[in-house]
Amino acid sequence: MAAKLVSGVEVELNSEGFFANPKEWSEEMIPELAKAEGIDPVTERHLEVIRVMRHEYETKGSGPSVRALAKVSNVPIKELYQLFPKGPAKQAARIAGIPKPIGCI
Amino acid sequence: MTKQLLILGGGTGGVIVANRLRRMDPELAITMIEPSPVHTYQPGLLFVPFGKGTVEEFQRPLERQLHSGVKLLQTKVESVDINAHTVATTSGDTLRYDVLVVATGATLLPEETDGLLGEGWGKNAFTFYDPAGSAALAKAMDSFASGRLVVNVIDMPIKCPVAPLEFSFLAEAFFTDRHVRDQVDITYVTPLDSAFTKPVASARLGRLMEERGIKVIPSFNTGQVDESGNRLISYDGQEVHYDLLVSVPLHGGAPYVSNSPGLGDEINFIPTDEATLQSLVAPEVFVIGDAAGLSVSKAGSVAHFEGEVITKNILAFLAGKPLPARFDGHANCFIETGHRKALLIDFNTSIEPLPGHFPGPFGLPLLKESWLNHLGKLAFETMYWHALLPGISIPLIGPEMPTRGKGSLAVTEL
Ligand SMILES: Cc1cc2nc3c(=O)[nH]c(=O)nc-3n(C[C@H](O)[C@H](O)[C@H](O)COP(=O)(O)OP(=O)(O)OC[C@H]3O[C@@H](n4cnc5c(N)ncnc54)[C@H](O)[C@@H]3O)c2cc1C
Repeated sequence: MAAKLVSGVEVELNSEGFFANPKEWSEEMIPELAKAEGIDPVTERHLEVIRVMRHEYETKGSGPSVRALAKVSNVPIKELYQLFPKGPAKQAARIAGIPKPIGCI
Repeated sequence: MTKQLLILGGGTGGVIVANRLRRMDPELAITMIEPSPVHTYQPGLLFVPFGKGTVEEFQRPLERQLHSGVKLLQTKVESVDINAHTVATTSGDTLRYDVLVVATGATLLPEETDGLLGEGWGKNAFTFYDPAGSAALAKAMDSFASGRLVVNVIDMPIKCPVAPLEFSFLAEAFFTDRHVRDQVDITYVTPLDSAFTKPVASARLGRLMEERGIKVIPSFNTGQVDESGNRLISYDGQEVHYDLLVSVPLHGGAPYVSNSPGLGDEINFIPTDEATLQSLVAPEVFVIGDAAGLSVSKAGSVAHFEGEVITKNILAFLAGKPLPARFDGHANCFIETGHRKALLIDFNTSIEPLPGHFPGPFGLPLLKESWLNHLGKLAFETMYWHALLPGISIPLIGPEMPTRGKGSLAVTEL
């Protein structure tokens, strides 16, 4: 666990960079979190995926795997990898301030 | 009125539930829907490609595995209506249930990977995950004496996540015995960031792979198989060439789930409570085995441990009582490492596979290669037909994970 300052707010991240307390997250943190993942600028398409990720977590208690993410967001897997080259589920989960999706374990 | 219990699927989980409930409550009317007349011991499919047994040797008539009094309908589920409490079959019948047990396992989806079912499928690209594929691969292995063998897991979740690792170890021993090991390159290509899902076991397995000269390519997300060019292409453009491909295709829940509104998730697994095994979609729907969208491994040993929990909870539910039993995600498996050796791992969702002995201090060695474990893996088949399927509890091996006989969690000790 490590505390980190994001958009001027102190948040708790685990050893793999996922939010320990998803409640500490807010939309304003997206650009800074994305930059840390090497994603700059954040496009509308990125945002769509990040919002789906956050919504899935809030309604189902865990973020989706890449395959499930492609199905719920209607963004094909190939494009998800173009948007989040180092692994769409993990990167979008970090930026959406949620724990590591179960499918990636 | 007699309560109607309907079980979908006559694989490992379905048979365990049917037989256990039959003994616990002889009054219950139990009906099972399963299209296949034979039941397959799936762990046997790992050995077929190496000429150790044929598919038929690992199959038995389903009817004979069921206690008398369990009614078997040889047909397929078409859809489930969780509001009307009915199941429609492909033969046109509609059955009503008081409790539904979903035990339809996982389905292989090779068609979901671009090019996998191309011109090479059945020629130099195979899977050993189903009976026909395993038998076909046996022929290809027998004539393969040089070149690159690639074992590729496309994405998680898969059944028995250690099986593709075991395949690689057995292949290494197979080619060594045939004196062509130096002509054959064995490469393991996985989407995970290391050999296995659990860090402690992964470190041990990773080391064994290295010792056996099996190359590991981690974090490879196969997006396409180019079968005319014999290569795997990842979503981010990396390529791996093969001469013989052993693929573990994508898995999903059974296709009828997508015709059943509200029953499954995006990939047709059933959202299920991790502890009680009651579905999260309707209180009278319970789920056992690979069909469940749980974080536990998809394995026969898991279905076995779940069997005890789910049957207690189903009877309590029918009696209108709170559900008493809790599942802790207990799984164990023997991992064949070739050369007549195997290693045993035992874990649950919160405790990592640990070194030590199972089930107590004088049991089988955990996380260590041994001949005893190899015999254990072979004896498992006998146990499967004679204790697991009939629903007899195996002494000392209950649903709760034993912690006696285990060392503390320290990777350096391994
Ligand atoms: C190669 C291989 C090696 C393995 N090795 C091991 C091992 O060493 N140890 C271990 O613990 N596990 C192992 N497993 C995993 C184990 O076999 C499964 O986890 C286990 O069988 C799961 O049981 P289940 O009842 O959920 O599904 P299954 O046993 O697969 O049964 C599902 C059943 O549902 C039926 N069905 C599907 N669709 C329908 C429908 N529409 N209508 C009616 N019926 C339907 C199917 O015909 C099937 O009979 C291995 C699996 C494979 C493939």
